[in-house]
Amino acid sequence: MCTLELKNLRKAYGNVEVIKGVDLTINDREFVVFVGPSGCGKSTLLRMIAGLEEISGGELLIDGVRVNQVPPDKRGLAMVFQSYALYPHMNVADNMAFALRLAGVPKAERDARVAVAAKTLQLDALLDRKPANLSGGQRQRVAIGRAIVRQPKAFLFDEPLSNLDAALRVQTRIEIAKLHNDLKSTMIYVTHDQIEAMTLADRIVVFNAGRIEQVGTPLELYHNPANLFVAGFIGSPKMNLIGAEVVQTDGSASMLKLEGGSGFAVPARLAPGAKVTLGLRPEHIELAPEGGLAGKVEVVEHLGNETIAYADIGAAQPLTVKLSSDAPVRLGETLHFALRGHAASLFDEQGQAIALPGT
Amino acid sequence: MANAKPKMQHRAKLMRTWPLLTPAVGVLLLWALVPLAMTLWFSFQRYNLVDPTISGFAGWSNYKFLVESPAFLASILNELVMVAAVLVITLVLGVAFAVLYDQEFPGRAIARLLVIGPFFVMPTVAALIWKNLLMDPVNGVFAYIARSLGFTPLDWFTHAPMAGEVMIVSWEWVPFATLILLTAMQSLDRQQIEAAKMDGARGPQILRYVILPHLSRPITIVMMMETIYLLAVFAEIFVTTSGGPGHATTTLTYLIYQKALVAFDVGGASAGGVIAVILANIVALFLIRSVARNVDL
Repeated sequence: MCTLELKNLRKAYGNVEVIKGVDLTINDREFVVFVGPSGCGKSTLLRMIAGLEEISGGELLIDGVRVNQVPPDKRGLAMVFQSYALYPHMNVADNMAFALRLAGVPKAERDARVAVAAKTLQLDALLDRKPANLSGGQRQRVAIGRAIVRQPKAFLFDEPLSNLDAALRVQTRIEIAKLHNDLKSTMIYVTHDQIEAMTLADRIVVFNAGRIEQVGTPLELYHNPANLFVAGFIGSPKMNLIGAEVVQTDGSASMLKLEGGSGFAVPARLAPGAKVTLGLRPEHIELAPEGGLAGKVEVVEHLGNETIAYADIGAAQPLTVKLSSDAPVRLGETLHFALRGHAASLFDEQGQAIALPGT
Repeated sequence: MANAKPKMQHRAKLMRTWPLLTPAVGVLLLWALVPLAMTLWFSFQRYNLVDPTISGFAGWSNYKFLVESPAFLASILNELVMVAAVLVITLVLGVAFAVLYDQEFPGRAIARLLVIGPFFVMPTVAALIWKNLLMDPVNGVFAYIARSLGFTPLDWFTHAPMAGEVMIVSWEWVPFATLILLTAMQSLDRQQIEAAKMDGARGPQILRYVILPHLSRPITIVMMMETIYLLAVFAEIFVTTSGGPGHATTTLTYLIYQKALVAFDVGGASAGGVIAVILANIVALFLIRSVARNVDL
């Protein structure tokens, strides 16, 4: 059982406030991912939860108990560090048993618990090795093993995959997902990689500049981003964000004039003359024989399973379009694009989402 | 058979590079071997500056005379006591300062500069300052403190001469240990300390399980370097006690000086020099062994 409550949590270094009031409840057995660009405060917040950074304001509750002043080891949380932070002079078994040894757990029990964790993580054969003689992936597993052995209330991961190469990252990501399934404990995971966030999370918390931008399941964030920041952050390739002006309103629909001059109809009643931003996911755009948005193809990326084209539609940024791999796209060609379904997003001048029916 | 070819290649490479290495190796050999050979030669000669008529081969008599003199055993013991005491003090204080000055606090840059300061004071000056300004039983700061607390001031160089020497030499060498260990502390991964905190380690346990293992190699290096210099400590003894009272602060180095330039017995002094070389090699052997064990982490 572990529920974490963050109530108006703040952190300041001198006069500089880096966490500007975070309210969040993390439920028991939930996998929550903190995601955001570097410097947004997500790691600081994790370290505040761990007890490695002092809390400047607000309250942190674990299972309903206020723990603001409780030292890290008494909070019952285990952390996996970005650099793994293994003790270099101890072998794998001693690394994993260190917390138990400090807690005065008898050797027999220590060995048993290490053996169980080692088996889960396939570290059995490496128990006598020093960290220097392990590969990056193995070190990562030892760091996770060190956390498991403590049987913590919750696991905290601080960008645990960023030091691994791409192939190993995918594999370890799957292992962490499996681990969450097996252990059924609360996990908080910090990353700047939105793919890790989308694949692992029960709920994603998007941070920007010390504040929460949006909390939701991966698909909620993908389909209904609350604002421009989330819209631009979640999804790869990035959502196309095109400046537009409302030129005409007719019943329940409005006509937009996009940057570059194209027209675009949206199913919402907007005030004529209002400045808005239109958000179009590259994967929701398809080729049309004529009409729609017209643009000259500037760059084509053939990825095998798909083709990504960048077309100049006269806006500040080229329009990114994700097409099937056999799409007939040639460099320099002018193509017409249409939206599949009604999967557009619309944001007002303050960057907040405007609700559209059918999204 | 398998490694015959690499061996051949290695030999061929040696043949090519040997002429280029010869000058450097030759200079080093001359540099080290000529004085050693001369010392060895003199140690078997009757050679006294006061009476040039005494000359010729002395056999082992210089050594016999030296080893049988009461000052000899005392000087070796003094030498070892001083080296060991200064090593312990400088390492304990060095680790303490390194950990302390690694923390963030206002004025850290100035504090670091101050702790390094004694390193730049030349030994003669340092010893004179300690002798006359600090440890003097009448006018010294220590005497003043002792009196104001109601104690009788201690006449250091009469009643605790070796302790006095150890204090001065330690003061000179703490900065060196601090400097090396502080730079080593700065390469310690902070996340290791944080991980230890998460694992429930408190200050002393972090020191024992994270910091000291990390510092073990620099500590060995500090031991090596300091030992080399401490075996040769001279100026501090010369300006404070001149080896006395009696032989209480006569180290082997100082004994050699006394033989050569007080008694003008070059032969006896050379014999002492040879013994000092042997002693230094024995100490170095122990140290290198411990380093070898440490390096193979």
